[in-house]
Amino acid sequence: MLNDVTFGQYYPAKSFVHNMDPRAKLLFVIAYIVAIFLANNFFGLILVTLCLIFFILLARVPFGRVLRSIKMILFLIVFTAILNLLFYAGGEGDIVLAKWWIITISWQSIINTVFLAMRLLLLVLGTALLTLTTTPVALTDGIESLLKPLKYIKFPVHELALIMSIALRFIPSLMEETNRIVSAQKARGANFETGGLIRRAKAMIPVLIPLLVSAFRRAEDLGDAMDARCYSGAKGRTKYKKLTFTWRDLLGLLFFVALITGVVLLNTYLLGRFDIIWQVQEWFGA
Amino acid sequence: MRIVAKGLTYVYNPKSPFATQALKGMDLTIEEGEFFGIIGHTGSGKSTFVQHLNALIRLTGGELKVGDYDLAEKKCKVLELRSKVGMVFQYPEYQLFAETVKKDVAFGLKNFRKGISEEETEAAVREALRVAGIEYDEVAEKSPFELSGGQRRRVAIAGVIVTKPEVLILDEPAAGLDPLGKKELMELLHAIHGQWCKTIVIVSHDMDEIAENCTRAAVFSEGKVALCGTPQEIFSQGEALAAMGLDVPVTARCAQLLRARGIAVETDFTCDDFVKKVLALRAAACTPAAGAEGGDDAQ
Repeated sequence: MLNDVTFGQYYPAKSFVHNMDPRAKLLFVIAYIVAIFLANNFFGLILVTLCLIFFILLARVPFGRVLRSIKMILFLIVFTAILNLLFYAGGEGDIVLAKWWIITISWQSIINTVFLAMRLLLLVLGTALLTLTTTPVALTDGIESLLKPLKYIKFPVHELALIMSIALRFIPSLMEETNRIVSAQKARGANFETGGLIRRAKAMIPVLIPLLVSAFRRAEDLGDAMDARCYSGAKGRTKYKKLTFTWRDLLGLLFFVALITGVVLLNTYLLGRFDIIWQVQEWFGA
Repeated sequence: MRIVAKGLTYVYNPKSPFATQALKGMDLTIEEGEFFGIIGHTGSGKSTFVQHLNALIRLTGGELKVGDYDLAEKKCKVLELRSKVGMVFQYPEYQLFAETVKKDVAFGLKNFRKGISEEETEAAVREALRVAGIEYDEVAEKSPFELSGGQRRRVAIAGVIVTKPEVLILDEPAAGLDPLGKKELMELLHAIHGQWCKTIVIVSHDMDEIAENCTRAAVFSEGKVALCGTPQEIFSQGEALAAMGLDVPVTARCAQLLRARGIAVETDFTCDDFVKKVLALRAAACTPAAGAEGGDDAQ
């Protein structure tokens, strides 16, 4: 029942994207997000979309696999889109299609909604591609490395990275444990599938308590094991896997500099977001 | 209840890069009244198989009948089946949750028999704890987390047998116990077997445990039944077992060594009996060196 969680959803494959340095990929995704929000018209977004498709192909991850990550936030996207559609604060010169009480639907609000939904989708898909092609461990290593400058203002970078990697490490274990406890209680006749919300919440108690107990037990064991191996924080610690920046990463970053430049150019030299309305009206002679 | 599996298959995470076929066409029959052992390496499909028996894993390929319940049918009464096929998981003490031992043991009973009276519940809990070797008055109102590890395991087992299942399945019941604890647990299972639960199935990778306790056993290897029969039949095939990376029990190994030295001794799977046999042989044949060696090993 818990196998569908798309967290730590690494998709093993051999590809250009999988082999990139996690730091480069992180910078890459940040640049990609910036590009999404810089884009001011549909041409910019289409450019970002094309780039995403290119990278999905390059990563050799099936499209269905990437699209599945939308499932979890589909509700959020639809919800914000509807709100945006109905309560768009219009300006001068809106072409109003329908008006009722405080709700106004105009061409502008429709376009704005589509724009927003596209941005959210691209955002989710892009970050999903990152987690699909990077193992959680590599990801935390990358974050630790990128945050290193913060050490100079006494920010506990190493500890933060350690907490993250421990959390990531234990998600599958706890999931497995949960499945086992659920099975054990089901074998004793527990019912998790029917009943109202309160009943179902109550039915989870026989699962949550043993899970909590076992989480504490694991935490204690882990602490003991770390003590036994003389763990003493970041000082003098070396890495098993050294991150190396290669030509791949340089290539990727250059590509993204090009993407952002492209988006900015499209913003400046092409039509604004709403100009498409006039264009369409011109085409259809309305 | 008779358990009949034919051509059972199961795939974990189907249609993904992590897909693994746990069961690859498994045929096995467990008769009513048996004390059945399932042996195999990690990943041989033992746990997957037993979880099919009370529909914790729904059948996806093949046939499976447990008593009159046909697991292939969509409308199979799962709850009823689960009350008749009890399952004790590995480290069952980690599943205790209620405030008191009494409430925890009663959990299954209240799930299966809705509206059961307080008196009836208490009587059933008292009896289940007694069978599991725990004094009701001592622990009933205690929190399960106050008990010792061995006691907690007994409480957890009581929580499963409280509904008097016809078939009791135990996954590695002796894991993590000391030798005395193991012995006591096996004695407990023999006490339950026959009167309380007709059929007992234990999953284990400890050859001695299977050899000493089971009437019949099956060896699982890579999702299939590799060998099936009485312990004698199975452990006489030392080479086949070795090929699967499995050992034979200590007693069988000793008997083999003795035979290699020209001493005819039959394998017996309970340590005590075997030692007696060897000692008797020694007394009779006056070959102290070989006999003493074998006897020491067995002990």
